[in-house]
Parts: sequence; structure tokens; C-alpha cells
Amino acid sequence: MDLDYSPDELAFRDLVRTWLRANLPADLRDKVTHYRSLVRDDYLRWQRILAAKGWVAPAWPTEWGGTGWSIMQRHIFEEECGYAGAPPIVPFGLLMCGPVLIKFGSAAQKQHFLPRIYRGDDFWCQGYSEPGSGSDLASLRMAAVRKGDHYVLNGQKIWTTFAHMADWIFCLVRTGAESDRRQDGISFLLVDMKSPGITVRPLVLMDGGHEVNEVFFDEVKVPVANRVHEEGKGWTVAKYLLGHERTNTARLGTSMREFETLKAYAARQRKDGRPLSDDPRFCDQVARLEIELLALSITNLRFLEAIISGRSNGAEASILKIKGTEIQQTLTELMMQAAGPSMQAIASADDTAAADDITGALARRYCNYRKTTIYAGSNEIQRNIIAKQMLGLPS
Amino acid sequence: MKFACDEEQSLLADSVRRLLAHDYGFEARREIVTSTTGYSASVWKAFADLGLLGLGIVLEHGGFGGGALACAPVLEAFGEALVVEPYLATVTAAQLVARGGTTAQRETILPRVVEGTLRLAFAQTEPGARYDLAEVSTLARASGGGYVIDGQKCAIVHGSCADLLVVSARTSGQVRDPTGISLFLIDPRANGVTMRSSRTLDGLRIADLSLAGVQVAAEALVGSAGSALPLIESVVDYATALLCAEAVGAIASANAATLDYLKTRRQFGAPIGSFQALQHRMVDMVISHEQVKSMAWLACTSVDSERDEVKRKRMVSAAKVKVAEAARHVSQESVQLHGGMGMSDELKISHTFRRLTMIAQLCGDANHHLERFTHSKR
Ligand SMILES: Cc1cc2nc3c(=O)[nH]c(=O)nc-3n(C[C@H](O)[C@H](O)[C@H](O)COP(=O)(O)OP(=O)(O)OC[C@H]3O[C@@H](n4cnc5c(N)ncnc54)[C@H](O)[C@@H]3O)c2cc1C
Repeated sequence: MDLDYSPDELAFRDLVRTWLRANLPADLRDKVTHYRSLVRDDYLRWQRILAAKGWVAPAWPTEWGGTGWSIMQRHIFEEECGYAGAPPIVPFGLLMCGPVLIKFGSAAQKQHFLPRIYRGDDFWCQGYSEPGSGSDLASLRMAAVRKGDHYVLNGQKIWTTFAHMADWIFCLVRTGAESDRRQDGISFLLVDMKSPGITVRPLVLMDGGHEVNEVFFDEVKVPVANRVHEEGKGWTVAKYLLGHERTNTARLGTSMREFETLKAYAARQRKDGRPLSDDPRFCDQVARLEIELLALSITNLRFLEAIISGRSNGAEASILKIKGTEIQQTLTELMMQAAGPSMQAIASADDTAAADDITGALARRYCNYRKTTIYAGSNEIQRNIIAKQMLGLPS
Repeated sequence: MKFACDEEQSLLADSVRRLLAHDYGFEARREIVTSTTGYSASVWKAFADLGLLGLGIVLEHGGFGGGALACAPVLEAFGEALVVEPYLATVTAAQLVARGGTTAQRETILPRVVEGTLRLAFAQTEPGARYDLAEVSTLARASGGGYVIDGQKCAIVHGSCADLLVVSARTSGQVRDPTGISLFLIDPRANGVTMRSSRTLDGLRIADLSLAGVQVAAEALVGSAGSALPLIESVVDYATALLCAEAVGAIASANAATLDYLKTRRQFGAPIGSFQALQHRMVDMVISHEQVKSMAWLACTSVDSERDEVKRKRMVSAAKVKVAEAARHVSQESVQLHGGMGMSDELKISHTFRRLTMIAQLCGDANHHLERFTHSKR
């Protein structure tokens, strides 16, 4: 995409690229590019390498370790990391809890938690969704009753990604009654996963993998000092996070790498004695996807420019999320189709015998990626946001 | 009435549904899927007792006659319940014997299939062949009055459950020549046969087969040498038609579950089915289902009664294109409209998703059939 970047930006990109080439461990990159599951230590190892370089939290203020990069530089950095096959940054600490603490945290909370998040001392997870509250998050019911200098938590969270690996969870809880404005009475708490009364139950997804959990809270005591922002103002915190300026919503770097994997994989498959990549029907599908990627890259840059110059329409993130996830899903689908009849057999998630052949992972991956249009605000909810915020349609 | 089941078919379909409702609940199925063999012997026996294994096989060999149309309601019920038993594999291979086999082969094999004591599988696909039925390079050399067979087969659905394999191999010609392909009966326990079984995404078993100097007698040849391709094509079309019927059931089940979810799941103080954005999505899924019913009927009728081979191929391919697209559409939408619950292994909907995903690819994906539809000409 050279034509879109200025010479300075290109120089920055080369700097990042060179550093990644020298510092991204080959075994981690292979795990990512061969679709093997990453464990806690894999994520943390990469995070610590970035932290040592000072690049783990580019968007944070420099006093807390931010890089001071421009939005464009952050975008380039994220695109390069995804493209190189670096493990994804687990967002809960660095991209969610960190920014919340920077904006709303007490001095003590910042002092204690921010360096730990930065260094990867704690692994965080996000406790928002409940069985009865998904898209309609403000209806959440998990109760936090104040008793002296503690809250006592009772209730359940669901779909909690990596709760089984986490040391801490940030939760939205109900500290007051659901009044006329349902958003009132919600508070934002930081909870130690080792607290007595917390039970984590795995929820296996349809690809057979374990990434999400149910988390049950039974009389869990949380110090009031772990509340972020005022009591009853948790919704403000949550909304800040949703609207928080993110540059990697579209996941372009990763998708560009996946696109190249698709092309290389299709060239290795045969149809009528020739590479599948010569088949006109398949070629057209791949070409359409490439055009989608191209369109989204430019859209992404246009939106970044709009945000930088303060001309945001409030719906950019939603548009990028919708198109970005559609592309991710199409990639997994075409890859699965490219495998032909062999796509049926699945290698188990930790089968290392078939480590170099990705075929056994393709169908599972197709299944797993259905999640992308559901989580982080489903694509239906994103469309509702566009309809309301950008188009002003009545709700 | 042309499109509805006759009374006999409805009764049979009802008995199958009763059996499945009783013996094939979500938990029972899960146990079968994770068992060593991957199917249930008692369910298999129940299928035989109901006469399901005799559909498509003539009276003279113990069967109950009929064709794909007679079989379709059974497959539809299987699609609803996500049956993993090697039914399609067995009846497909049985058709190869019924249509192409010698009298002796038919007399020894078919009655045992009907009574449920012989399971079959068809070893056709080869690595790199994708869905091209003529791409056979496994070699059968005449030797000592019989044949010696060498080659690799892959993606054999239910290969590891089979007591007997029907294997395609070349007795003459080059890879992708339409002539020179023959079928052989091979005992999976014979010397030189190695099978590697894996699980499929949708809870079935699939095998890769390696044949190294496998010796078979002359009697193992199904029909005559070198002319099996038209037979293979017609039987794979038959299997494709049955797969379309199974899709009808799986889509019905996905739609019923999704409709129910839209009515019961509440967000923002209302059932999510009250949001018009979702109503229209549900409606499109129902339209897909109707189209698939039509196309499954077309495929079954065509394989049963279309004498013009080119026309049959075009109609079956047309059906499979629609079915693949509808399977994709409905499976994706049903998961999406279930939200997070759609992703969970603990709900049936994600299992129906997986089966529909496979149905879309099996017996040729949409691209393959689009190409065959376009290029099948006299
Ligand atoms: C793999 C995975 C990981 C996740 N990780 C986390 C996590 O770490 N922490 C966490 O808190 N949550 C997590 N989630 C939960 C996720 O945020 C929710 O699944 C999501 O918000 C949707 O909620 P729901 O599943 O309850 O679906 P519902 O809200 O019940 O929605 C069901 C369907 O209805 C649609 N819908 C709902 N309301 C409307 C409307 N008004 N208009 C049109 N359509 C509508 C939805 O788009 C969806 O298609 C995760 C989910 C998944 C699948």
C-alpha cells in the first residue's frame, strides 16, 4: 500500500518492520500463522518483548509508557504486527482497563495497576456480558452490595474470554436499583480472580476450543478501593471505552497476511491437474476479496484522517468493524473451500503432528470466526449505531 | 399430489422421527459421536428393523424398492436429528453394487446390507482430485487371474465403519480419462490395505486409504472393466440428491430453533424477534428453506426418472448449487441470530451449523456444480 503513505510514514514502517523481523520469536509467529492455539505464556512473552522495547502501549500517555506516536504511526505499527504474524495483543488490560484507569482511575489505582498491566504482570479479562444481558448490556443484574469498605458480589458473567487464564477481571455490576434510566446504578469494579467465591466454568465453542467461560460470583468481597470512578457511574466508564479511539478495529494487517496465506494455499491445491489458483471461479472469489481489502484499507485511512482532523461522524468504528469482520470471515471460508474434500477432517486443537499442514485447522477456524460478527458489539448493533449516530434515524 | 409424500412414506418418516426422538436426543448423539466407532450399533439395527436399509434395493435382494424420492423423507428426518450413522455411505455404495454388480455380487452383498449386517463405503476421492470423479490414478493391474491394486484414496466418508469397500481404480487409460475406470470390492482387512481415520467437523468419521499391492480375485471387479465412470456419476448424483434431502431437514431444524429463539430471547425489554431487522433475516431463511425443498425434490426426481444423462446432471447440479448456498446462508444466519449462544458447543444449533457447512461441500461444492451445470452439454 506504498502509495498511501508519506515518505516519513514509509520510513517508520520500515523501522517497525525491521524490528519485528529481528524480535518476533519464530516459534510464536509459527503458532500464529499455522493456526495453533496460543496459551497464556505465549501472549505474555510477546507482550513483555514489546514492553521491553517500550512499544506495548503506544496509545497511552507518555508518562505511563506511551510512545507518543501519531494516530497514523499507531495504525502502521498495528498493521505491521498483524502482517508479521505477531500474537494479537490481548485487549483487556492494555486496550481496555489501562485507558479506563488513565481516564477515571484514582492516583493509587493508576500507580498500582498501570505498570503491572504494562509489564504483563497481570492477565486481565472483561466481565460485562451476562446470560440475560448481551446486546442490551445496561440491563445487567450482577449485584454488588456495599458492606462497610467492601462490596459483596453475587451473580454471573458469561462469555468471559480468557477468564481461565486471568488474574484480574473488570466487571460492570449493579450497585443501585434499575431506575428510569437503566444505565444508572451501574458501577465499574476491579476484581481479583483469586477472591474466594469465584468459580470459572469453561464454555466450549463449536470449534472445540476453550476460550470463553462462565464466571460465577458467590458472596465475593471486593474492596471499595477497587471501584473505578464514582459509584453508579460505571456506564460512563463503559461508554468511554466503547467510544475510545481505536486504530485496529478493521484488523487489516492480519487480514492482509491471511490473504497471502490464502493465495499460497490455493496455489498448492490442485484442480483438474492444475493449481486451484488457476481456476477462474476460485480466482474471481479471491479477486473480489482482494478488492474488498483494498476498499477497506483506503476507507480505514480516510477515517483515520477524519478522526485526526476532528471531522469524525461517530460511526467510523462501526463501519470498520462490520467490513473488517466480514473480510475475516470470508478469508476463513475461502481457505476452507480451497482445501476441497480434505477440509472435512479436523485435526484436534493441539495436534502437533499435522503442525505444518494447516488443512486440519481450516474448518475449525471457519467455525470459530463466526464469533467476530457477534462479539464486541454485534454487527446488527453496529448497524443500529450507524443508523442512529450517523443517519439520525429514530429508534 | 406430485410434491407431497404418499401415505406409506409419511408413515415411514413418522416412525423414523419417533425412533430418533426417543433414541437420538442431543446427549445420546453426543455419546455416539465421541464413542470409539463413531456410530451406534443399536441405532443401526433399529434402522434395519424399520427397513431403512432396504430402500432403493429391489425385492429380489430383500429390499423394498423405491428410489431417491422414497428415501428422501428418511434423510430429511436424519437431517433434523443430525444422524451420524453411516447410512448415506452404505446406501451409496450399495447402489454401486445394485446397479453395476454381477448377480453373484448382488446376491451376496445386498441382502446383508438390508438386514444391517454389512456396512459399506465408497473409496473414490484421491488426493488433489477435488470433486472430479474421473480423476482416478489408483492402478489395478491384471495379475494371476485377479488384480493387484496400488494407490491412495482420501476423504472416504465412514471408511472406518465399513465392512467392505467399493474402490475405484484404473484398469486402463490416464488420469482424468473418462474410460478405463473400474470398481472393486476390497476387504478393509486385506493385506496391503491401511486406513487412517479421523473425525470430521460434523461428528462423522472419515478415512484416508492406502493400497499397496492389494491382491483381489477377478470376482472383486464390479461389473465389467473400464466402464465404471457413468455408473459412478449416476450413483454420486443419487447420493447428492439424498444429501439435498438431508439439507431440507437440517435447514428446517436450524430455522425452527432460530424462530423459537427470536420469540423467547429478550433484549431491550422485548423479544429480539420484534426487531424488524431480524424479522427480515428470519424470513429470508424461510425462503431459503422453501427453495431447498423444491430443489431437493428436483434432484430426487431427476435421479429417479430422468433418462437423459446430460439433463440429469444439470438438474442435480442446479439443486446442489442452491442447496450449498442455502446451507451456507441458513447456517450462518442461524448462528448469528443466536448471538453468543450460537457459538456454544452445548446447543444443537452449532452442530446443525457444522453439518450444513459440510453438506455444502460434500459431493461437490457450489463452484463444482456451477461448472458442471454450465458445461454439461450433449
Ligand atoms: C467468542 C466470544 C467472546 C466473547 N468475549 C466476551 C468477553 O470477554 N467479555 C464479555 O463481557 N463479553 C464477551 N462476549 C459476549 C458478547 O459481547 C455478546 O455475545 C454480544 O454482546 C451479543 O450478546 P448476546 O450473545 O447475548 O446476544 P443477544 O444480545 O441476545 O443477540 C442475539 C441476536 O439478536 C441481535 N440483536 C440484539 N438486539 C438487537 C437489536 N436491537 N436490533 C437488531 N438486532 C439485535 C444480535 O445482533 C444477535 O444477532 C463474547 C462473545 C463471544 C461469542
